[in-house]
Amino acid sequence: MEALTVDLAASPVRQLNQALHAPDPAPRWRVLNPRGAHSVACGLTRHLTVDIEGHVGYYCAGMNQLATVTVHGNAGVGVAENMMSGMVRVRGNASQSAGATAHGGLLVIEGDAAARCGISMKGADIVVGGSIGHMSAFMAQAGRLVVCGDAGDALGDSVYEARIYVKGTVKSLGADCVEKPVRDEHLTELAELLKLAERDEDPAAFRRYGSARRLYHFTVDNAY
Amino acid sequence: MCGIVGLHLREPELHPRLGELLAAMLGQLVERGPDSAGVAVYGDPRLTPPGRAAVSLLDTDAATVESALRGRIPDAVAVDAGPTTVVHAPVGVDALIEALPRATVIGTGEEVAVLKGTGHPHDLARAFGLAGVQGWQGVGHTRMATESAVTPQGAHPFSVGPGQCLVHNGSFANHATIRRELRAEGVSFDSDNDSEVGARFVAYHLARGADLDKALRLLCERFDGFYTLLVTTADAFAVVRDAIACKPALVAETPGWVAMASEYRALAVLPGVESARIFEPEPEEVYVWKR
Repeated sequence: MEALTVDLAASPVRQLNQALHAPDPAPRWRVLNPRGAHSVACGLTRHLTVDIEGHVGYYCAGMNQLATVTVHGNAGVGVAENMMSGMVRVRGNASQSAGATAHGGLLVIEGDAAARCGISMKGADIVVGGSIGHMSAFMAQAGRLVVCGDAGDALGDSVYEARIYVKGTVKSLGADCVEKPVRDEHLTELAELLKLAERDEDPAAFRRYGSARRLYHFTVDNAY
Repeated sequence: MCGIVGLHLREPELHPRLGELLAAMLGQLVERGPDSAGVAVYGDPRLTPPGRAAVSLLDTDAATVESALRGRIPDAVAVDAGPTTVVHAPVGVDALIEALPRATVIGTGEEVAVLKGTGHPHDLARAFGLAGVQGWQGVGHTRMATESAVTPQGAHPFSVGPGQCLVHNGSFANHATIRRELRAEGVSFDSDNDSEVGARFVAYHLARGADLDKALRLLCERFDGFYTLLVTTADAFAVVRDAIACKPALVAETPGWVAMASEYRALAVLPGVESARIFEPEPEEVYVWKR
């Protein structure tokens, strides 16, 4: 079925989002000329496919449920923030806080992601083809973050139970984040995630990081 | 929030379009700070003709300035640009300032004109006549006041050294301490604005022989808080962010121009942006482009 085309040079984002939220929307959409607009294709709750041809601004595909949104360009701050399910793919780079607080679904960033990628993630999977910036997976609670490039400073600072896989170098680990052994079950889940993200990296080339769980309990020695 | 835009034109064919492009960039970021705005433009032949010193002023108008200078500075010309007045003359900057009536100086130099005020950035851009401005470099700022009052003095850019401008998105936590230290060194201030302290700090170090790269590295060492800064001089365009890159910044570069903005949508209005190299500046790394 032919995609319904919306040109953001001719109509505002609000009109697009209202159309995507209509009771019986077309299943396929193509969005032209986003030119850095905020909140494109936000809050989708159906099995829609949305292709955005260009760079988007803040919070693209935020709160996504079920929909598949592809950005054929770069994404601004907070792409797929608080995603619940579905899939968001960024063909270019993503700015800060990609996938922040996301509960489910898969976020794929084919380029680099900037600082605080997956901050406070709560169950989503994030696969980054390039590198990620500092303080990524800060206070992440659940889900998997896969990085095919390098990680910046303070990776996994105060991380709870999220699992982090990095193929390249890690500039530094944040508080309570440690390297952990890669066992068979990790290779299996990594292989699945890489396949879903349409990547061909070898799972064996990754190292695993996660919480040392030292911050879970009150320690009287930490009191002043 | 605040919004920053900046454009450094390498391609002389684009110089006539500087103001038009800067106005379009600024217009994209109004939502980031609608309480006041300002721009600085380098090399406009009407505001800063070659071979003449220029001073940008608040709290006055062209007629008052011209009558005050009549007989004292021959051939002085004052230009009204909305809330700002730019006066230029074939004398040194110091002689011009000395002869001027009581007015707030918001910029000095041979190539730079600073225009700023309170109110909606769209209205200000119109009042400045920004769309008709030419030149080789420009910066702009839309302000959401957090650290000091909404006054024209508190609007950005802060231009406190010859040809130098600073625009800031963020807030400095220890500006009061650094202000005291600079005052003790004889530096005077026009506003309570935290960003002015950053500008005075940079000017202080430039005046003592540091280059822009060095001055901004010193700023990173000394200032606490959140900042994305765009700092320009008569021959350079520089960007720096705080240690955790709290505030947004994007740089786009083509053979024809270098541009910086808080958000991509401000860059989307530039010609050839489709083929630009676009990146986010790393924390505490100083990026400088020279003319």
